[in-house]
Amino acid sequence: MRAFTTLNGRVVPLDRANVDTDAIIPKQFLKSIKRAGFGPNLFDEWRYLDHGEPGMDPATRSPNPEFVLNFPRYQGASVLLARDNFGCGSSREHAPWALEDFGIRAIIAPSYADIFYNNCFKNGILPIVLDGAVVDRLFRECEASEGYRLNVDLDKQTVTTPGGEVLAFEVDGGRKHRLLNGLDDIGLTLLQADKIKAYEERRKVEAPWLFA
Amino acid sequence: MSGLTLFQKLWDAHVVHVEADGTTLLYIDRHLVHEVTSPQAFEGLKLAGRRPRRADAAIAVPDHNVPTTDRSQGIADPISRLQVETLDANCAEFGITEFKMDDIRQGIVHVIGPEEGLTLPGMTVVCGDSHTSTHGAFGALAFGIGTSEVEHVLATQCLWQKPSKTMLVKVEGQLGKGVTAKDIALAIIGEIGTAGGTGYALEFGGSVIRALSVEGRMTLCNMAIEAGARAGMVAVDATTIDYVKGRPYAPKGAAWDMAVAWWNTLHSDADAVFDRVVELDAAKIEPQVTWGTSPEMVTTINGSVPNPADAPSAVKQHDWARALEYMGLQAGKPIAEIPVDKVFIGSCTNSRIEDLREAASVARGRKVAPNVKLAMVVPGSGLVKQQAEAEGLDRIFVEAGFEWREPGCSMCLAMNADRLEPGERCASTSNRNFEGRQGQGGRTHLVSPAMAAAAACAGHFVDVRHF
Repeated sequence: MRAFTTLNGRVVPLDRANVDTDAIIPKQFLKSIKRAGFGPNLFDEWRYLDHGEPGMDPATRSPNPEFVLNFPRYQGASVLLARDNFGCGSSREHAPWALEDFGIRAIIAPSYADIFYNNCFKNGILPIVLDGAVVDRLFRECEASEGYRLNVDLDKQTVTTPGGEVLAFEVDGGRKHRLLNGLDDIGLTLLQADKIKAYEERRKVEAPWLFA
Repeated sequence: MSGLTLFQKLWDAHVVHVEADGTTLLYIDRHLVHEVTSPQAFEGLKLAGRRPRRADAAIAVPDHNVPTTDRSQGIADPISRLQVETLDANCAEFGITEFKMDDIRQGIVHVIGPEEGLTLPGMTVVCGDSHTSTHGAFGALAFGIGTSEVEHVLATQCLWQKPSKTMLVKVEGQLGKGVTAKDIALAIIGEIGTAGGTGYALEFGGSVIRALSVEGRMTLCNMAIEAGARAGMVAVDATTIDYVKGRPYAPKGAAWDMAVAWWNTLHSDADAVFDRVVELDAAKIEPQVTWGTSPEMVTTINGSVPNPADAPSAVKQHDWARALEYMGLQAGKPIAEIPVDKVFIGSCTNSRIEDLREAASVARGRKVAPNVKLAMVVPGSGLVKQQAEAEGLDRIFVEAGFEWREPGCSMCLAMNADRLEPGERCASTSNRNFEGRQGQGGRTHLVSPAMAAAAACAGHFVDVRHF
C-alpha cells in the first residue's frame, strides 16, 4: 500500500449528502477481476452523459459539463470535499480503488459510512472527519476561490487552509501508523500467529462444531 | 456491574488479541465468498504466496452475475462469465467448497448461508458484501467487509476491529395485519435515518421481534446496513434453534446439545446497558413505500410525496429536491396514485419462502395490470425455488402474469441482464433505492413482498390491507 504522509492538493467540492458507493462506482464496472483501472469510471453516471460500460474508451465519451469533477478549475484535484455519510451502501472496495485511481488521496467530510471509511485506510486514502460547520465553510471558500488547495499533514493530524488556518482532526492511532508507513495488515497479523493458533485450540474444545 | 449485551458476549467469545489502544484481533468463524468482491483477494494471496488458513471455514457461491433465465447456455456476457469462472478456479485451487451455478443449493449468498446451516448462532460471519448483517438474525455477529479484508480473513481467519457502540431498537405493541418485517425495517430507517446506526451494532428486541419468524428477523437485520449499522442482531430463542435444527451444516448429536447450551445464553442480560435505545410502537407502523433515492426517504402507503421546503435542514432540502427530480415526482402526490412500470420480488432482503408465500397470497386469482411491463419473481436459492414449486406458488405467479425466474441477486443491483431502463419506475422488495441502483436512470420504490405483488396487480401502489 502507498504510504500517506503529507499532501498539498487541489480541492474538488461534491456538495451532496449520502453519496453512496453505487454512485462512486456503478455496478457494471464491478465485473472486473482487477484492482486497477477504475478511475475513468469514478462517478460514471454523474460524470458522463452517455451510458458507461466496461471497456469503453473515455476519450470517446460525452462528459457532463455540469458535474463538478468535470469543471476545468477542479482538474487535477487530489482532495475531495464531501458531505455527511459519504460512501454509504455497498461494501465494494472498488469505490476507494476508483477514487485512488482517479487521483484522490484525501477526503474531508463531516461523517462517513463505516465500511467505506475502513476500506479507505487499506488503499492509501486518508478520510478526514471535520465538524459540519467547518466543512460548510471549506465548501464556501473552495467555491469562492479558483485553484483552492489544502495542506494535509497526517503525522500532525492537521489540515491547513490557504489563509493559514490550522484545523486539527482525529484519527485512530493504529490506522495512522499503518497509513504513514504504508503497511499492509496481513503481515502484522501474522506476527500474532501463535495467539491465533492458541485461540483455535481452545475453541476446538469449547465449540467443536465450529471446526467440523 | 451491569450485565452484558448480546454484542459484548459475541465479541468476547472471539477475541484473539488486544492491542494497547483497544484494537482487537477478532476470530472469524464463517467466511462467505461470492464472485464480485473476491477475485482481487485471491490474486493478493497468490502474489504473496499464501494459502487460506482455514479453507473449511469459507463457502463460496456465484450470485451477483448469474442469469435468472435459462442457464443451459451459461452466461452470455463475457465479462460476467469470466468473473464467475474466476471464482470457480480460485475455489478449486484453494480447496474452498463452492455451490456452482448449476447446483440446486446455489442462490444469494445471504439466503444459502442460513438455509444450509452454515450460519449458526454465536458465530462471527463475514462476507465481502454489506448485507452480511442479515446473518445477525441468528444471534451471530455478522458484518460486511471490503476486498482487502476478504484477503485478510482468507490468510489469517481474523480481522482487526474496534468494538462498536450498541443500540437497542425495541419494537413493542401489536403489529397490524398486512404489516411485515420489511415495513418495520423501513419504519426504523425513517425514524433514525440512513446514518443513524453508523458506528453502532443494532440489536432488535421487544415483543414484536420475538414474535417474528427467523426469516422476518433476517429481513430486518438485512436492512441494518441501510440505517448505517454494519451489524444488526436478534437474540437467540427457541424460534432460532428450531430453524437451525437439522440443516445440512448444523451440528448433530452431542455437538448439537453442546451448541444449544451455549446458544441459549446468547441474549442481552436484563440489566445490560446500551449506548442508545430507540423504541417504536408497532401499532403505528403502516405499509411503507420509499419515495426518494435513500431508504430514509420513506412514508406510508397513505402518505404523499413530501415538499422539499419542509425538509429539516438546508442540505436535506437540496437532497429532497434532487431526489424528486430524479424520481420524476411532484411534491404532494399521493403515494397510492404513483403508477409502476416494473415489479421486482427478490433480493437478499425478501426472496425466502415466506416472502414468496406472502406475495403469492396477494397475486392468487389476480392478473398483473396492463400498464406493468414486467413483474418478476426471483427466488433466493435453488432450494427456495424448489420449495415454492412444491407448494404451487410458481403456478399462482405465472397465471397472474409474473415471470418465474432462476435464483440470484438479479435486479436488486442489476449486474446481470435484469435491469430498469432510464425513467422506468419499479416497486421492488430489495434494499436500496439509490440513483441508478437497478439500472441507470431507473426509479426504485422499496416495499414489502405483499405490497409489491399488490402494486403489480393494481398497476400502482395500493394499500395491501384493503386490496
